Amino acid sequence: MSFEQFLFYLFAVLLIGSAGMVITRRNPVHAVLFLVLAFFNAAGLWMLAEAEFLAIALVLVYVGAVMVLFLFVVMMLDINIAELRAGFVRNAPVAFVVATIIAIEMIMVLGHSRFGLENYAAPVPKPADYNNTAELGMSLFTEHLYALEIAAVILLVGIIAAISLTLRHRPTTKYQDPGKQVAVKAKDRLKVIKMDAEEKA
Amino acid sequence: MIALSDYLIVAAILFSLSVAGIFLNRKNVLLLLMCIELMLLAVNINFIAFSHYLGDVQGQIFVFFILTVAAAEAAIGLAILVVLFRTRRTINVADLDTLKG
Repeated sequence: MSFEQFLFYLFAVLLIGSAGMVITRRNPVHAVLFLVLAFFNAAGLWMLAEAEFLAIALVLVYVGAVMVLFLFVVMMLDINIAELRAGFVRNAPVAFVVATIIAIEMIMVLGHSRFGLENYAAPVPKPADYNNTAELGMSLFTEHLYALEIAAVILLVGIIAAISLTLRHRPTTKYQDPGKQVAVKAKDRLKVIKMDAEEKA
Repeated sequence: MIALSDYLIVAAILFSLSVAGIFLNRKNVLLLLMCIELMLLAVNINFIAFSHYLGDVQGQIFVFFILTVAAAEAAIGLAILVVLFRTRRTINVADLDTLKG
């Protein structure tokens, strides 16, 4: 068994194992942490498939941003785990049967007889000066420029939606109104009052 | 050598595990979102594997866009979850029956 194969099986076993832990853990914080492990191993698999840019992007974007967001939300919500776990044991046989059927059917279709090395020979490893990022960027910024711009708009919509959904105005909070601040004149701030001199007591 | 079917089988097992996760944790919206992320990961593994074995970079472009959309989906989904928890004090799917569906 070559070193590459060893790495593939290591990443694959860890990926499947941590995915299994994600769906069975009682504590949602543990589930998120196992999800991080799953994404990390998937990034390893992508690296083996010579998709270097996407592997790094998966670690940076998913492990670095999305999973931290999940962790943040899990810790912020004070949820009753016992209530949410109700029906876990009752659903387990159905889940097991459905998952096994799906897995067996997919493996029968996608198995070695159709997608093995005879039909899809392993590609020659890319030379050392091959730049995956450059090739991806070349394709993204020429052929898929409009799609890239739409993706940027989707991210912008995501930002605005997330902010506007969670923004709330508490009546007790004091806000500054920049419009009123700018419109104010000096005579509004300082008032000179004429009055008689007071006698010292 | 690693065959294409090895990647596909790993992705198939990952996908079926996340389907099982949706059945198991169908009360918990948070876990449901996490299972959807796992499903997207399985699909992305397929795209990357085919891109590698067919020598075509377009598969990786697809993964790039899926990652973008999934990130936006996770952000909006979690924002909805936070608003839901703030108004109903629960994220249990069974309690979300305001629409009488």
